[in-house]
Amino acid sequence: MSDFIAQTAERVREHAARKSPLRIRGGGTKDFLGASGAGEPLEVSSYTGIVAYEPRELVLTVRAGTRLADIERALAAEGQMLPFEPPRFGEAATIGGTVACNLSGPRRPFAGAARDFVLGARIVNGKGEDLSFGGRVIKNVAGYDVSRLMAGAFGTLGVLTELSFKVLPRPPAEATLAFEMDEAAMIEAVNRWAGQPLPLSATAWESGVLRVRLSGAASAVAAARAKLGGADVPDGGTYWLSLREQALPFFEGDAPLWRLSVAQTAGPLGLTMPQLVEWGGGQRWLRGDAELGPMRDAAQKARGHATRFRGGDRAGGVFHPLAPAIAKIHRRLKEAFDPAGVLNPGRMDNF
Amino acid sequence: MTLAPSPASRGTVLAALGAVRPPLSVVAEAECLAAFETDAYIQVRETPLAAVLPESEEEVIALVRALAPIGVPVVTRGAGTGISGGAIPHADGVLAVLTRLRAIVRIDAAARLAVVEPGVPNAQVSEAARPAGLHFAPDPSSQVVSTIGGNIAENAGGVHCLKYGLTVHNVLGVRLVDGEGELLEIGGEALDAPGYDLLALVTGSEGNLGLITRATLRLLPRPESTQTVLAAFDTVKAGAEAVGAIIGAGLVPAALEMMDRVVIDACERYMALGLPKADALLLVEVDGGREEAGEALGQVEALLAAAGATEVRVAKDDDERAKLWKSRKGAFAALASVLPDYYTMDGTIPRRALPEVLEAVYALGREYGLTIGNVFHAGDGNMHPCIFYDATKPGEFERSEELGGKILELCIDHGGTITGEHGVGLEKLKQMCLQFREGEIAAFHDVKRAFDPEGILNPGKAVPTLKRCAEWGGMHVRAGRVPRPDIPRF
Repeated sequence: MSDFIAQTAERVREHAARKSPLRIRGGGTKDFLGASGAGEPLEVSSYTGIVAYEPRELVLTVRAGTRLADIERALAAEGQMLPFEPPRFGEAATIGGTVACNLSGPRRPFAGAARDFVLGARIVNGKGEDLSFGGRVIKNVAGYDVSRLMAGAFGTLGVLTELSFKVLPRPPAEATLAFEMDEAAMIEAVNRWAGQPLPLSATAWESGVLRVRLSGAASAVAAARAKLGGADVPDGGTYWLSLREQALPFFEGDAPLWRLSVAQTAGPLGLTMPQLVEWGGGQRWLRGDAELGPMRDAAQKARGHATRFRGGDRAGGVFHPLAPAIAKIHRRLKEAFDPAGVLNPGRMDNF
Repeated sequence: MTLAPSPASRGTVLAALGAVRPPLSVVAEAECLAAFETDAYIQVRETPLAAVLPESEEEVIALVRALAPIGVPVVTRGAGTGISGGAIPHADGVLAVLTRLRAIVRIDAAARLAVVEPGVPNAQVSEAARPAGLHFAPDPSSQVVSTIGGNIAENAGGVHCLKYGLTVHNVLGVRLVDGEGELLEIGGEALDAPGYDLLALVTGSEGNLGLITRATLRLLPRPESTQTVLAAFDTVKAGAEAVGAIIGAGLVPAALEMMDRVVIDACERYMALGLPKADALLLVEVDGGREEAGEALGQVEALLAAAGATEVRVAKDDDERAKLWKSRKGAFAALASVLPDYYTMDGTIPRRALPEVLEAVYALGREYGLTIGNVFHAGDGNMHPCIFYDATKPGEFERSEELGGKILELCIDHGGTITGEHGVGLEKLKQMCLQFREGEIAAFHDVKRAFDPEGILNPGKAVPTLKRCAEWGGMHVRAGRVPRPDIPRF
């Protein structure tokens, strides 16, 4: 066992004995995300480095404190990428924090989420045990899929220490097209296109303009471009990067940012707030002060859920409430993995 | 297995089932129960106290609620094609057979999803989605009969998962009845759900966390064009290197399948396909838009030639494609012609270790005096070595089992896993103890308890108790005794 893992396990054990909460922290770029957690900081950003990377296996194993920027540089050198296009929200962003929040970028609806590419996870649970789940191979059904369970658990079930991923080749060609259309027409169009064999890799709509990214073999991108029409966006790469990092003008200012993850075909939400729709209609960002209730109702009507993503009053609940039967399972998992309740308590509202 | 429920008497169990209103469809006669005594892991057979065939979600809930209070084990079964024993009944329990829940509730072409009941056979989903130009990507070879519920329970793979993912990547939501008879709605139509990723836990849980009553599946556009190539190599090593070269060149083929000499010869004897004489055959399929697939085909042909392929055949049309696939899909039927009995393993290894592991596998075969043939999902390192034996020769069956165990241990030693797509079931409980340590096994039991505190769902499968590591077995095709030998299973 590495010194870092041994020390982390010891620290967790000691806190568990005292029932004293720990706040797990990598690069600190996602402090805004989730309900505010109490506890002494447990810094994990020092545990860095690529443990194994064999490009021809399409498998990467890294220490959880490794910066996303470093990982993506190493992958790019081999013409590969993390297919879920994770946002960083700051240069210090680590892969551990990314997985803990299950953060995925514009490519998500066409490639998969962070959780889809997790092959294995080494964790320190709330009892201070060093455990490894999953593995470093693409197909593996031995044991319950605890590694994917860690994706989106916000560190409340374990401190992530090492992670394995499936990676993919970068598409050789990319193009961005723009279309003028209203929201309802956009929802119909992006879903219709997603049902055709087109190399779509992102969509975003805002203020009556839909942008679509195509990625793949040069011939496929050229054929799709001819088929879809629309206007060429010459600096498409910059746009998608700004969208991923929430650096577009839409995201500026202090107004609360809401994330509604809904059925991709759900019609316009009808909320009178500035809106940006991506993920083929599946992820709808809204800005402004609003009550939790109406936002949750709107999400539910669209067969999805609402999150206070950034800003606003975070004490009253950040995530969509769980159905009682689902909450029961959550409670039991939390009690089993972290019986003393010391890992990021409250970061996921009740967990 | 977490807890071993103390057995309730047959009379108590039948009375509990009989009290359910409206009445459940219960099978309790011994001669009728014989049909359910095993799945495709046929050397273990067990007769349940009763089998129940629910016809609605309400009946599944009623069934669990009738049995949970008296601690009666419930084993769920679909078509029974699993080869690791996951659906073998419990002697003190009830078998829940979900094949009557076979409605395709809806195909939503615009949203690219299918809502289906668990007993719907995998292939029927793609069939129903075909008019909309869509399909359900996971395609286990048993897809004509194996059910969606079973596919989710096993996290089934298939030959196209390198590009299109496993079942876990293609399921949006499930409705699941947990061990307390409570209905859980997990996931749905959105791309994610609040809270922990319970969908990931349920997928591949081998009937230990609940009974699936409905699933929302993601459908993908059918590729516009598919190109298939068969390449021959003088050595398995050269074939494996060709796979690495293709992936290294930035291509992600839809399928990458390899067969060794033993399998090629068996196919030739059995089907006379006119396959090239070779030590390894590699089947490569690329798909996408017409231009894209054409471009990829050109690249693949060049890479295969550079990797030393002695012969390359490209399918000109669907007929020729079907012919090239015939060797791979019929491989297991052909293998049955080598010796009456065979035993198939399901390990996964990092692909770079393939030549080395294969050498070790052949060496083990020589040491045990048994023939081994190999087919691989080469793109993702999932290998299916088949050990041939003759059950009429004393001791040969036991030797094959021991040899199978050594092969799984080889997979673990090379950083791989004991099961890539067929599950642990009863078969690989011992190897679970080799692959995982005590803490991880304990965590698996914790996960089970969260869904099934009394341990009534499929007890004794998938996760061994910490003291039980002595069991050993495999898939044994014994002189035609395998149920439905015509169904391809790998």
